[in-house]
Amino acid sequence: MTATVTTPGPRRARALRKKAVLPWLFLAPGLLLALVFKFLPMGKGVWLSFFDVRPFLGDQWVGLDNYTRVLTDHRFQDAIGHTLVLGIGMSLGAIVAGFLLALLLEGQARSLKIIRTAVFLPVVTATAVVGEMWRLMYYPTSDGLINSGLGLLGLGPVPYLDNPDTALWATMAMGIWMLAPYNMVIILAGLAGVDRSLYEAAAMDGVSLWQRLRHITLPAIRPALGIVLTLAAIRGLRVFTEVYVLTGGGPAGSTDVWMTRAYTLGFSRNDIGGASAASVLLLCVTLLLTVTVNYFRKRGDVR
Amino acid sequence: MSAPAIDPVRTPVTASPPRRSAGKQRTTPARFDTALGWSDRPGPAWALRVLLCALALGVFAAPFLTVFSGSFSEKASGSTLSFLPHHPTLLNFQVAGERGIWDYFGNSLVIAGGGLLLQLAVCTLAAYALARHRFRGQALILTLFMLTMMLPEEVIAIPLSLVLGHVPVVGLDLKGTVWGVILPLGAWGFSVMVLTEFMKDIPAEIEEAARIDGVGELRMLWQVVLPLCKPALGVAGVLGFIMIWDQYLLPLIAAKDPTDYTVTVALSILRTDPEVGSGVVLAGAVIALVPSLIVYLLLQRSLVTGIAAGATKG
Repeated sequence: MTATVTTPGPRRARALRKKAVLPWLFLAPGLLLALVFKFLPMGKGVWLSFFDVRPFLGDQWVGLDNYTRVLTDHRFQDAIGHTLVLGIGMSLGAIVAGFLLALLLEGQARSLKIIRTAVFLPVVTATAVVGEMWRLMYYPTSDGLINSGLGLLGLGPVPYLDNPDTALWATMAMGIWMLAPYNMVIILAGLAGVDRSLYEAAAMDGVSLWQRLRHITLPAIRPALGIVLTLAAIRGLRVFTEVYVLTGGGPAGSTDVWMTRAYTLGFSRNDIGGASAASVLLLCVTLLLTVTVNYFRKRGDVR
Repeated sequence: MSAPAIDPVRTPVTASPPRRSAGKQRTTPARFDTALGWSDRPGPAWALRVLLCALALGVFAAPFLTVFSGSFSEKASGSTLSFLPHHPTLLNFQVAGERGIWDYFGNSLVIAGGGLLLQLAVCTLAAYALARHRFRGQALILTLFMLTMMLPEEVIAIPLSLVLGHVPVVGLDLKGTVWGVILPLGAWGFSVMVLTEFMKDIPAEIEEAARIDGVGELRMLWQVVLPLCKPALGVAGVLGFIMIWDQYLLPLIAAKDPTDYTVTVALSILRTDPEVGSGVVLAGAVIALVPSLIVYLLLQRSLVTGIAAGATKG
């Protein structure tokens, strides 16, 4: 500090300037990478979505043609339905399953911690690996792993992934399996914050277990549930890897979601303009959803 | 302000040991410990809980056992999965090795190691500026970093693949190099956020004392701030590793030909190879599974606290 006081004017000005530049030096690598590999592609995607992209011939401005083409394409319309069914089903299923897991595995005992560690495995496993696992478990003959379990219950073998009627539900089951333990951890953190004396007081009042859950536990973990729901909804919209590794969108497009469709359009059909338009639409919905949810969450916090 | 304020990231770590030791003199009975009021003593409720726990383990953990056993089985197929391998053998791994699985695994390790190092370095620098400095446009910069989290890879995949093929200004072609995967993973909003929150709670006195001793900015970050941030670095490191290892689309679009694939992407090559059976695919899956398993088991505490912290903050 003493150095600054004794230095003459110009040197102090230089020190000040140095101080102003310094944070930007620290931020530069991160900003540069985000700019080149996130925001630039985003801008480029928006730009390309208005063009008919033709390699070697030059791009041609087509206005909103790509958007109307994508929105009127019946395979994209089907994909919207699948994305919604898969996104909502996976989110809700994973929340219910995560909540039940959390209720079951709440506690301090060492054995419970070990079980929680084991149950959490699906979350840390790469999606592609999970896809291979489930493909084998879904083996369509009666001696496949899941089918032999059904056989014990006296039910016939189900060709999960090969039948257009069941493929989407089979994909959803895998998604729930992957997400539920993640939700469990967040809900457990919420459960840990519940005031224990409330449970005690409720017991003294002779409150039933169901009422206790309904009136003490649920309100207490509502913030945690809100977070889980938001994350799940946003994740559900952009679901790609799960579907791509498990079914590739098949059979007969029955599991095609928005992003697998856009990927096929862009990389297999080389329709860059149409694929960009599809991506921009999804991006808009994602951002809109995030902003809306954040707005309501902030308003909820203030209240 | 100093110690308790950083608790959101640490709570479960510090909270568990005292609870266990305080168990004996606790006044409230154990049945108020959980929402459902599970009891520790054997009885019908206890038996039900054991049964349900076994069911949960069977659903969520047992499939991993079948994968491991299948990878060591002589003739594994979708129809012969079980918990113990039939005729244990290493043949599947040998065949997977002949199909180049270890090369793919090498790609994965380089990308995960390099990507994680770059990510931690970049995000630490950014977090240091955001947490310990005041400057114009700070809120905007923070929002930009948050946006990187909201901008899914999937949505920018197609333009990103064009950018990777020809990086603007410098005109480099990153396709087919590990940089094509590593560089886009550098700026990760989650790590910036966790590290910023943590660094904000380091008392100003420590920094001032160091400054009087004439410590410069870089040494300050390296020798004063970073050692205090170890828990947050652990969280960012574990979640970052798992995130990078889970990448599928990025290695797929950044590759020039299949030899550039990571091990997770290469599983699809094994699967579509008509000459190899399910056992070989499972061997590949095990090879792709083990690193994230090791990281998880070593550092699971940071991971779980990180998820809780990320969820309450993000």
